[in-house]
Amino acid sequence: MKTSFFQRRLPRLVVATLVLVAWWLVYRNLAGLAGWLTYSVVGLSSGSPLGAAVEFFIFEAPKVLLLLVLVVYGVGIVRTFFTPERTRALLQGRRESAGNVLAALLGIVTPFCSCSAVPLFIGFVTTGVPLGVTFSFLISAPMVNEVALVLLFGLFGWKVAVLYLGTGLFIAIIAGWVLGRLKLERYVEEWVYATKTGNAMQEEALDWPARLRLGGEAVRDIVGRVWLYVLLGIAVGAGIHGYVPENFMASIMGKGAWWSVPLAVVLGVPMYSNAAGIIPVVQALLGKGAALGTVLAFMMSVIGLSLPEAIILRKVLKPQLIVIFFGIVAGGILIVGYLFNLVL
Amino acid sequence: MKKIQILGTGCAKCLKLAAVADEAAKALGLEYTIEKVTNLSDIAGFGVMFTPALVVDGTVKVAGKVPALEDVKKLIA
Repeated sequence: MKTSFFQRRLPRLVVATLVLVAWWLVYRNLAGLAGWLTYSVVGLSSGSPLGAAVEFFIFEAPKVLLLLVLVVYGVGIVRTFFTPERTRALLQGRRESAGNVLAALLGIVTPFCSCSAVPLFIGFVTTGVPLGVTFSFLISAPMVNEVALVLLFGLFGWKVAVLYLGTGLFIAIIAGWVLGRLKLERYVEEWVYATKTGNAMQEEALDWPARLRLGGEAVRDIVGRVWLYVLLGIAVGAGIHGYVPENFMASIMGKGAWWSVPLAVVLGVPMYSNAAGIIPVVQALLGKGAALGTVLAFMMSVIGLSLPEAIILRKVLKPQLIVIFFGIVAGGILIVGYLFNLVL
Repeated sequence: MKKIQILGTGCAKCLKLAAVADEAAKALGLEYTIEKVTNLSDIAGFGVMFTPALVVDGTVKVAGKVPALEDVKKLIA
């Protein structure tokens, strides 16, 4: 007798539900657990710097890792619906403005790693995706990513995560649009447009078990790569949390210091791939009097502007275009930084 | 004679894919050559936008990920 679809899937559904419930229970009770472990089990006195640091770490580290696993799994499944080929097909021949918006949005869900930025760039511009639209994608894809959003949500709350998402998209759209208006095609290396792009891959049809498996692979791949940075970042953050005096950062990264935003952007450029480790540190600094706009600018600069990416893109872009590209994105980040320091 | 090509600019995943493809071909007892394609315009010429990619006898089989050994065996067999 053939079992129905539902009967075959039932055991797995039960397991999945149990896992989610367990996840939720642990997540909800972490705060109490961290306090109990720190002050009752380890026996640190409450109010001591060491106690504050240890409690911070025991609370934040598992919380962020739990969130990461769940969100990366979900995003990993969503990404199986968005291949670079499909994204390109959606963007081909788009008019600029609408194309920039679409490209920035697709940048969030299309699988991307900076090591394939170049083949992707060639694949886009040689098949009729406008240069500015391609840039919107290339800005949004690394900057607005699930790891950064999870860390922001876990450590700062949903408002900052949404702000980051919104401003990240805004910068990608505007910077891509401006770059498109400037007609910079002549600064793309000549051989790029001369490349005859093949039409690769027949798309493989994926069923749900395969999509779920790919979600699991994404967790292994991404969480496997960043967990150490997350823990290190939270450990440093915990130290700052316990030991650095209140308002210590106000003079350096506070609203009063006008130069703090550009400085944050400049400092952010050489830092790369440690975004996962930097956000917890930055969060702790914020608690000591740093201004939110400055902190956002720093984060965007770390994640969105990186020297290794510039070096990779140099293969297809002439130096002038790289400078213009970085200049415009940095300008967008500066505006965001000042804006939030003014408004909030 | 199978011609296996690994497209990629030398990232960690590209090396891993090359190793897996090599192992799979050996396990199948194929006669084969394996070659790494690192030139960007050649990679683009295959229409690949997401490295690493596995090409067998000129056809792109996988792009953007490193499949399990068993899956690679099926792809190159």
